[in-house]
Amino acid sequence: MDPTTPIIEVKNLTHVYSAGTPFEHVAIKDIDLSFRPGELVGLIGHTGSGKSTLIQHLNGLLKPTSGQVLFKGENIWKDKKFTHSVRGKVGLVFQYPEYQLFEETCWKDIAFGPKNQGISGDELDARVRRAAGFVGIGDDLLEKSPFDLSGGQKRRVAIAGVIAMEPDVLILDEPTAGLDAAGRDSVLENIRAYQRAQNAAVIMVSHAMEEVAAICSRLIVMNHAGVAMDGTPAEVFVHSEELTEMGLSVPQVTTVFRLLRERGIDLPADVYTVPYALARLAERKEGRRC
Amino acid sequence: MLKDITLGQYFPGKTVVHRMDPRTKLLLLIVYLVTVFLASTYASAALVIIFLVTVTWLARIPFKSMVKGLKPMLIFILFTAVLNLFYTKGGTLLLDWWIFHIYTEGIKTAFFMVLRIMLLVCGTFLLTYTTSPIALTDALERLLSPLKKIHVPVHELAMMMSIALRFIPTLIEETDKIISAQKARGADFETGSLIRRAKALIPILVPLFVSAFRRADELATAMECRCYHGGEGRTRMKVLRFTRLDLFAFFAGGLLLAAVIVLRHFGL
Ligand SMILES: Nc1ncnc2c1ncn2[C@@H]1O[C@H](COP(=O)(O)OP(=O)(O)OP(=O)(O)O)[C@@H](O)[C@H]1O
Ligand SMILES: [Mg+2]
Repeated sequence: MDPTTPIIEVKNLTHVYSAGTPFEHVAIKDIDLSFRPGELVGLIGHTGSGKSTLIQHLNGLLKPTSGQVLFKGENIWKDKKFTHSVRGKVGLVFQYPEYQLFEETCWKDIAFGPKNQGISGDELDARVRRAAGFVGIGDDLLEKSPFDLSGGQKRRVAIAGVIAMEPDVLILDEPTAGLDAAGRDSVLENIRAYQRAQNAAVIMVSHAMEEVAAICSRLIVMNHAGVAMDGTPAEVFVHSEELTEMGLSVPQVTTVFRLLRERGIDLPADVYTVPYALARLAERKEGRRC
Repeated sequence: MLKDITLGQYFPGKTVVHRMDPRTKLLLLIVYLVTVFLASTYASAALVIIFLVTVTWLARIPFKSMVKGLKPMLIFILFTAVLNLFYTKGGTLLLDWWIFHIYTEGIKTAFFMVLRIMLLVCGTFLLTYTTSPIALTDALERLLSPLKKIHVPVHELAMMMSIALRFIPTLIEETDKIISAQKARGADFETGSLIRRAKALIPILVPLFVSAFRRADELATAMECRCYHGGEGRTRMKVLRFTRLDLFAFFAGGLLLAAVIVLRHFGL
C-alpha cells in the first residue's frame, strides 16, 4: 500500500455521552484526523479531554453521535460484519489491560483474539508465539496462569493478546501507566518492535511527555474535546507556554532551554530530548571556538 | 451501554423535596401508598393526582422522566386493565359478544386499578429520584434502630446495603470496560446459540469476579486501617435532623390522608 494514503480517517467526529439525559456530556467535538501506516503517534491531553473516547471510535467500539470513521476509505459502520472485522485490524489495548486477563494459561489468553478471528491449529500457535516474542514473554511463561505473573508481565501478556491479531493499526491507552522505569522502557521497546516489523500505524495515549518525545514521530494534543495541535514533537513542544496553559507539562530539557533563552542565551526552542539537546549544546560550543 | 440504565436514578438537586429529611420522605411514601389504596372515588383520586403533580413540580423532576419510569411497567398495566375489564360484573351490560362481557363496573374497576398502579410507581420513583441511595439507607438505619434492642444487626445490614449501593455504579462501569476490551479482541456476545452466548460471558465474568474480590479486599483493609469496628459507639458526620420543612411535609401528608378518608366516607 502507498504509505501516503491514510489507513484511518476521522471526519467531523462528535460524541455525546448519555444524550438526552441530565448527564449529557459532549466528550469530543468536530474532530478531523488521519493516520498513515508506519506512523508512531502520541496522543496527549489533560484528564477528560476525550482521548479514550476518540480511540474507542477508531475500532468501532463507540458509535459516533455524528461524523464518520473510515478504515482504508470505507465507513467502519457500513455493516455489522465489517465493523467486526475492523476490530481485528485496528487493535486496541485498554488502560490497565492486565485486568482483562481471564484464561487459565497465558497461551490461551493470547490466543483469544486470533481465535475469534477464526484462526486455529498451527497458525494459531505461531501467532501466539510471535506475539509473545514481541513482548518478551518466553515459552516457560506461556504455560503459566496469567494471575501468577508480576504486574509488568501481566501487562505485556495483555498487550500480546492484541498484537496476536496482527492489527494494521495498534492503539494503546496509557500503556506504561503504573509501571517502573524498567517496565516502562521494555513495554515501549516492544511497541516499537511491533511497529517496525509490521509497518503498523501506532497510536499511543500518554501523560508522560519525555516518553512521547523520545519515541513518537507525530504528536496530537487534545484540549476541550477538540484537537488543539498536530505536528512533529519539535513543532508541538515549541509552544511550551500554551501546553502549560492546557495543564500539560513539557519535557524537562525543553523547560531548561526555555529558561536559559529567557536569560538571553541564544538557544533553539525546538529541543525536546536529552541527546538532541546535548548535540545542540556541543554545536554551540564549537561555534564559539571557531 | 449498561450505564444508560436510568430507572429510578437519583437526580441531584436542591429543591425543598431534595432537602427534606430522608426519613420524612420514606414515612410519607408509606402514608401516600395507603392513601392511594383508599382513594376509590373520582374526587379522592383527583386529590391524590394533584398532590403527586405538585410534589413533582416542587422537586423540578421533568414529567418526561416520570413517563419513562412507567414504560417498563406497560405490559403489567395493560394486563391488569384487560383482566379487570372482562372479569368484573356489575352495573349495566355494555358489550356482550362471544365470551366477552363488559360491564360499566368493569370499566370503572379497570380505570382505578391502572390509575393506582401508575400512582404507586410514580410516587416511588419520586422518592428515588430525589433521594440518594446512601441517604435512603441512612434513613432506614435510623428508622429501624429500635430493632437493635432485640439484637437485629441493623447497623451492619445498613452498612452492607450502602457498600453494595456504592459499588453498583463502579461495577457497572467495570463491566462496560471489560466488555469493550473483550470486544476489541473480537469477542462476540450477540450472535450464536444460547450455549455459545453463555460461554461468551466467561471472558467478562472471570475478570469481573477477580476485580470485585480485589476491591472487597482493598476496601476491608482500608476500613480496618481507619479503625472501623462496627456500629458500637459510632457517631455520624451528617446527623439527620427534622426541620420545619419536615413538619410541614408531615402536615401535608396527614391532610391528604384525612381528606381522602373524608371523601371516601361521603362516597364522592
Ligand atoms: N461512559 C461515559 N459516560 C459518560 N461520560 C463519559 C463516559 N466516558 C467518559 N466520559 C466523559 O467524557 C469526557 C472525556 O473522557 P475520556 O475518558 O475520553 O477522557 P481522557 O482524555 O481519556 O481522560 P484520561 O486522561 O483521564 O484518561 C470526560 O469528561 C468524561 O467524564
Ligand atoms: Mg483515558
